[in-house]
Amino acid sequence: MGRAIDLRTLAAMLVGVFGFFAVISPVPAWALIGGGLVILIGSALSPRALRADRRRSQPMSGPVVWPNPSMKAVAEALPDPCIMTDAQGIVRFVNDLAIQRFGLVSRGDPLNFKLRATALNDALERVVALDRAETAEWLEKIPTERWFEAHLAPIHFQPDPHATLRRPDFVIVVIEDLTERRRSERMRADFVANASHELRTPLASLTGFIETLQGPARNDAVAREKFLGIMMQQASRMKRLIDDLLSLSRIEMKAHMRPDAIVDVGELMWDVIDSLQPLANENAVELCAEIAEKPMPTMADRDELVQVFSNLIENAIKYGASGGKVDISAEADPQGGDQWLVSIRDYGPGIAEEHLPRLTERFYRADIVSSREKQGTGLGLAIVKHILTRHHARLQIESSLGAGATFSVRLESQSAIAHSPQINTPNGEQTRTHQSPAKIIRAR
Amino acid sequence: MADHIVSSYDQELKLLMTKIAEMGGLAEGLVADSVTALTRMDIGLAQKVVLTDARLDRLQHEVEERAILLIARRQPMALDLREIMGALRISNDLERVGDLAKNIAKRVTAMHGNMVAKQLVIGVEHLSEIALEQLKAVLDAFTTRDDAVAMEVRKRDDEIDALYTSLFRELLTYMMEDPRNISSCTHLLFCAKNIERIGDHATNIAETVHFVVTGEQMIEERLKSDGSSMIGSIGAE
Repeated sequence: MGRAIDLRTLAAMLVGVFGFFAVISPVPAWALIGGGLVILIGSALSPRALRADRRRSQPMSGPVVWPNPSMKAVAEALPDPCIMTDAQGIVRFVNDLAIQRFGLVSRGDPLNFKLRATALNDALERVVALDRAETAEWLEKIPTERWFEAHLAPIHFQPDPHATLRRPDFVIVVIEDLTERRRSERMRADFVANASHELRTPLASLTGFIETLQGPARNDAVAREKFLGIMMQQASRMKRLIDDLLSLSRIEMKAHMRPDAIVDVGELMWDVIDSLQPLANENAVELCAEIAEKPMPTMADRDELVQVFSNLIENAIKYGASGGKVDISAEADPQGGDQWLVSIRDYGPGIAEEHLPRLTERFYRADIVSSREKQGTGLGLAIVKHILTRHHARLQIESSLGAGATFSVRLESQSAIAHSPQINTPNGEQTRTHQSPAKIIRAR
Repeated sequence: MADHIVSSYDQELKLLMTKIAEMGGLAEGLVADSVTALTRMDIGLAQKVVLTDARLDRLQHEVEERAILLIARRQPMALDLREIMGALRISNDLERVGDLAKNIAKRVTAMHGNMVAKQLVIGVEHLSEIALEQLKAVLDAFTTRDDAVAMEVRKRDDEIDALYTSLFRELLTYMMEDPRNISSCTHLLFCAKNIERIGDHATNIAETVHFVVTGEQMIEERLKSDGSSMIGSIGAE
């Protein structure tokens, strides 16, 4: 922590000193700065930097001082998103990292058009008013929880010794992502809270049976067999709960990082279907798959997507077993939008409408008895939702009582993601194509 | 930032928009904090929300004054005038959003640590997540003048309504099961209603954005899918 601040203060000082010399520019001063900075100037004056200069928008009015190329070069070299604003809070420069992280922040617009956090807004006002460095920390809840800390410092080009109140020419804003650190602190607390709440019931039951076996049922062979069976059930329920809670925590840890591997949806679906065939046979359910033949590349974490579709198909098999059939399809979304649509439809008893909006909440069960019977933990769909949020995908559930249920997932195609400005596509990976007929009906 | 000398109409207008963005950030923060206070029963945070809301009210007055001055001095036409009218309407909506968040915070204090079933609170939190998404999307749509995003927000309000109806039903069931639940469930019900209203304000803002960008008023009535007004005879079922 201390080191990070030092680095940043140093960077800000460097920019300040450098800007000062660049503007005043007495020849001997350059000699003092030394070789390292000469290299920086070289890079700052490179064709790329000059092009960037020509692209900037026109100042609105009055004499506007722009960050000079050397300041920009320093800002680009920082390992964190960096934005420079003028004393009015109008954005004058944004480095590439900031554009990647926060999307396009238009130069000439106020900073708070893009970053509305009150803490940042207030800190910026204080920097200008009090002419001193400030930090601001805030939490962004949407779309996934992210913590940020901004370090702001005023920068002066021409210090005026006679002025009573000096306004900085620029404010440099460097934003650090604290998400990982904060999340691991929170994760531990949440895990303990959830685990202790949900594990208490099976644990109480286990303890009860152990006490009975130690006492009254000590020599009762029939009761012992029966109790041991129940204890086994409760213990495995606890195990499933812990597994699910752990995987939920793991997914939450990664929630703010967009997955970057290329995965073929069709191929992945076949793998999932193959792995669930035994469960389908056991429940006398027929899996009917209709997977489009062409490659359907998307950016994903393969294991996580496997978990999503396994959970959904497993649910369809378990809760829709009475329908005897589960339809699985994957294709280009007929509604357009350069995305893939995966649907899983069962013909079971369906879900009442009032439960639908709430199914993805953790520990929400539409039918508690049936969920317990089917060995559900109440976390399956919560896990699905979290993974899909990380993939910027959406889950749609359609159902009514007696009419089965359809779970649809819309995944952005790889090309759609590659065209969005915030993502860097990793190169070198090739999409594998899958050779299978367009329509395959698999009988059990 | 408040005392700089404005030299052009554009700059005055941009300053007005900055104030709207500031109100937006503040309102988003209040909603998020009030719901966090509710889920964690954090009375300190709840009190902070109540105090911060006053700032939103002050900002709204400031926006109003600036807007009136702008209209009086510059007599804007067409898009310029629409932008100022839009800013006025949105500041009204955001001020109301702040009031609703404040009301949730006050209820947290009133509930006094009497926690209701965890599942219900998760439901309210879920509702607030969608409302916050809507608010964020529509505020971004306003600064970028993106009509498509605004219309998307307007369509998604159904999701909030459906979730609210579901929560309403469940809360009612809880109250009937055990009269001791009534007081805390009522507070929670109002919290949910407030969040649902916040979603409605996001829809209002979406319509304003549409008006600013296209010059057309949204006339067609949006179909309300909040079915809670139909639930009454649940006990007789």
